[in-house]
Amino acid sequence: MSSVYSEIILDYYRHPRNKGTLEHAQISAKDSNPLCGDIIEMQLELDKNNSVRDVRFNGQGCAISQASASMLTELVKGKTIDDVRKISKEEILSLIGGQLSAVRLKCALLSLKVLKTGVYNYLGSAISSKEELSDL
Amino acid sequence: MQRHAQVYPSKKTSGYDVGRARADFPILKREINGRSLVYLDNAATSQKPVQVIEALDRFYNQYNANVYRGVYRISEEATVAYEDARRKIAHLINAKDPSEIIFVRGTTEAINLAAHSWGRSNIGLGDSIMLTEMEHHSNIVPWQQLAREKGANLKYVGISEEGQLLRQDVHQHLEEGTVKLFAVTQVSNVLGTINPIRELAREAHKYGCKVLVDGAQSVPHMPIDVQDLDCDFLAFSGHKMCGPTGIGVLYGKRELLQTMEPYQSGGEMIKEVHLYEATFKDPPFKFEAGTTDIAGAIGLGAAADYLTKLGLRNVRDHDRGITKYALEALGRVKDLKIYGPTDAETRGGVVSFNLADVHAHDMASMLDEDGIAVRSGHHCAQPLMERLGVAATTRASFYLYNTEEEIDRLVGSVERAGRVFKI
Repeated sequence: MSSVYSEIILDYYRHPRNKGTLEHAQISAKDSNPLCGDIIEMQLELDKNNSVRDVRFNGQGCAISQASASMLTELVKGKTIDDVRKISKEEILSLIGGQLSAVRLKCALLSLKVLKTGVYNYLGSAISSKEELSDL
Repeated sequence: MQRHAQVYPSKKTSGYDVGRARADFPILKREINGRSLVYLDNAATSQKPVQVIEALDRFYNQYNANVYRGVYRISEEATVAYEDARRKIAHLINAKDPSEIIFVRGTTEAINLAAHSWGRSNIGLGDSIMLTEMEHHSNIVPWQQLAREKGANLKYVGISEEGQLLRQDVHQHLEEGTVKLFAVTQVSNVLGTINPIRELAREAHKYGCKVLVDGAQSVPHMPIDVQDLDCDFLAFSGHKMCGPTGIGVLYGKRELLQTMEPYQSGGEMIKEVHLYEATFKDPPFKFEAGTTDIAGAIGLGAAADYLTKLGLRNVRDHDRGITKYALEALGRVKDLKIYGPTDAETRGGVVSFNLADVHAHDMASMLDEDGIAVRSGHHCAQPLMERLGVAATTRASFYLYNTEEEIDRLVGSVERAGRVFKI
């Protein structure tokens, strides 16, 4: 079994990329994982083509939740909001690498859940179903 | 292991053979990631000895039947076994009479039963219920609900930096004269603190205040004598004391149980039912509506036999030795903070800790990689976590089958986590 606590995860945990807040974010969402007490907030600033111009995360919690949030910010930068919607949990898990127990999956996927919640709320009535969210 | 000799000499002197006890627990032979399982989450649930597993097996294979009203052989056997289990539990905690033992699902249901059947008739507007900052949610939330329903108040006993109850708080609250119930844990499931129940009960009784003891972490681990403690209620779970899940006990003094309203109503708890009214059986049957967990009770009886045979004094001595060893070994790890009393004499087999800024869940996941099962999180004691100023802790909790070698593995893995996280 390969440990999820790789050098990469530890590096993102100790030196998070894109951590902080944005002044002019159109999209902002926050959620927590009651198991770990992880808290993640995601903010996106969009350009006029609805592409992600800038992104930040903020929060506290275990290494897996914080590192995966930081990795996710790098993944979404420059993407259109439609592409952000299509990010799958498999993509996140492959970024993290290593094996996660079912319980710890929630830590790994919290930031994606927050991000998608923010996107859905922003798109509002344009989205009829939140089925992609229910998977997280 | 010369250096251990001083710390833990009791293997021989107490006559307790941990190796022999381990042989009774089939699960301890399991391997996780190629290493033998080190099970250190006993405060959550204990493992089961083969004696208990076989008792359940025998019941289902040989005399499974509903109790009390069947006039045929196997129903009679089931009834005898069920009532034997009640007697064994009464004996284990030295209750005056088996009728003081009510079978419930666990500690949580036991406390809910007391809150419902005793609380609703005895707690009124302006009365107070006294709790402590170290209670498990199961000994907080039912009282919050009752207080809200009745317009009663909750009063909290604080804890010291070392995790001991502040006795002056107890005194001060009682002096106010409104406290009708003191609901207190005997052993903290986070700090391991052992509270002086006998003295607390004596003080509370002077003010006419009843005492409910959460025994979830004490009954499995030490000799308990409810008459000596003089508590009015004692709640505990079977699954933390080598018994099955789904069965637990509320002990109540007989004179209290006799005045109490039923908890749930329906079959088996009635004397007579007419179209518009019913009369109820005497305790404990009045509180055991419907078909109870017969197998669970029989399994719990077997667990009581098992613990009685080992001797709860031996279990306590073993726990204390392991706890002392763990406190010292973990205490040598750099940047590791241990919560609760530092003296193994005044604490049960529970050690909560944090290593520098490593999150408790990361710690628990890393220990799991090495086959070590511990708990991480708030341990259903969020008010206590708030008091300690931490979001979560990692908790190792011990029982009669844990060894010093297992503690060595725990410490080794904690140190490995420290290296991975570059502490």
